[in-house]
Amino acid sequence: MRRLLEALAPFTLITLLLVVWEVGCRVTGVPAYFLPPPSAVAVALVTDPQSLIEAAWNTLSVALIALAIASISALSIAMFVGLSPLLEKAVAPLASTLQVTPVVAIAPLVLIWAGIDHPERAVIALAVLVAFFPIFSGAVTGLKSADPDLERLFDLYGANRFQRVIRLRLPASVPFLLEGHKVGAGLAIIGAVVAEFGAGSGGIRGLAWRILDASNKLQTARMIAALVVLGIMGVALHALLDRMERVGMTWWRGR
Amino acid sequence: MSVAVLDRVEVDYAGRGRALGPFSLSLAAGGITALVGPSGCGKSTALRLLAGLEGPTRGTVERAAGRGETSVVFQAATLAPWLTAEANVALPLELSGMPRAEARARAVTALGRVGLKGAERARPAQLSGGMAMRASLARALVTEPRLLLLDEPFAALDEITRRTLADDVLDLWSQTRPAIVFVTHNVEEAVYMADRVVVISRGPGTITGEVRIDAHLPRPAGFRVTATFREASEAVSNLLAKGSEVAA
Repeated sequence: MRRLLEALAPFTLITLLLVVWEVGCRVTGVPAYFLPPPSAVAVALVTDPQSLIEAAWNTLSVALIALAIASISALSIAMFVGLSPLLEKAVAPLASTLQVTPVVAIAPLVLIWAGIDHPERAVIALAVLVAFFPIFSGAVTGLKSADPDLERLFDLYGANRFQRVIRLRLPASVPFLLEGHKVGAGLAIIGAVVAEFGAGSGGIRGLAWRILDASNKLQTARMIAALVVLGIMGVALHALLDRMERVGMTWWRGR
Repeated sequence: MSVAVLDRVEVDYAGRGRALGPFSLSLAAGGITALVGPSGCGKSTALRLLAGLEGPTRGTVERAAGRGETSVVFQAATLAPWLTAEANVALPLELSGMPRAEARARAVTALGRVGLKGAERARPAQLSGGMAMRASLARALVTEPRLLLLDEPFAALDEITRRTLADDVLDLWSQTRPAIVFVTHNVEEAVYMADRVVVISRGPGTITGEVRIDAHLPRPAGFRVTATFREASEAVSNLLAKGSEVAA
């Protein structure tokens, strides 16, 4: 009973807020371009669902491609850097500079480099930049997280560098990698949306473009509808990765 | 014939000063030596020198340096959580290039010898503290070492498990007779398990003296109530007291 209540609680709150919003709109008569009622948003959601789904998929696929690229590059750079403390010292300030630079600020530059005909490349590159850091720092920490006594045993057994990475450091870093990918995936979506805004209208028809487009036409209900889809997508992706992290940890720990 | 020799070794740590030495110790093949001393006396350092995990600042270390000739068991079981018991035990063999199937077969045998038959597929998280220690022991024995080093191996276990494990280690020893060196601050454990107890003074550790225990190994039942056991324990305790006086 308690669990059922807990599961229903968020939906009850959402419904309550929607009712307040709907009634508020109707009672005050606030114009729809300023704040449309939820019913208008719902209509916007169901009219032309095809283009909305297409836009959502455009954004999601960019985020997923970016996540994959970020994952591979972060892991390989982390493994390379892990070979020597000197390399790590050399890379660390660059990596944190990358992390603290807002993606909006780099967007125009990357758009120029990608070329006017390929804004999608720029958007992917920008999302990669955002998703890279959590995975990279997780991998760097994880690769150093092996039990020092196990490292000593590997010394004693005469393990070579390759064996040490493949059989000790990489498996030891799994929990850190799972966490890094979870955070990275969320950031990849944010990165994709921000980069779409940076790319402006036309080239990339994702959710951000849809928001911009609706905003230009003062179709506030369509803007909110796109936001709702974005929110659902983010929550679903997070839930999926959370689940993957838990399954991964159970496998790793053996219980 | 000796398996390993520490000859007038000294170990200095930056910022901490002398940790051990001058310290000389020669280990006979097949002997069981206990290193006893207060915390911080450098007994673990001596063990790391014997393992080759560390080098002396001065003096020389002679040891069997071949792969698998020296094995170490740490205070914790130190198993890789992502590997099964069998894979953990097979690890030293696989790292030295033995084909996987053969390494796994030997690991299963080794697990059987330490009483873990049937737990081959278990992960470390599913083993009790004592079982994990046994798996760790199996991993150390699987390479059939000439020198087995135990660094306070039972410190984290309860008294009953400690005693059972002590007997088991002695049984295992009697099968292949590697030289064993183990570090402990438990006088009774040292006297029970070793034929030679070396007492180390408060750090920087030097040898205060040693006690030989002339009795059958593995120990017969009721050994803990014999006069030999009592006298040896007393002798070791006196040496320990003397060792702390010297430094104080």
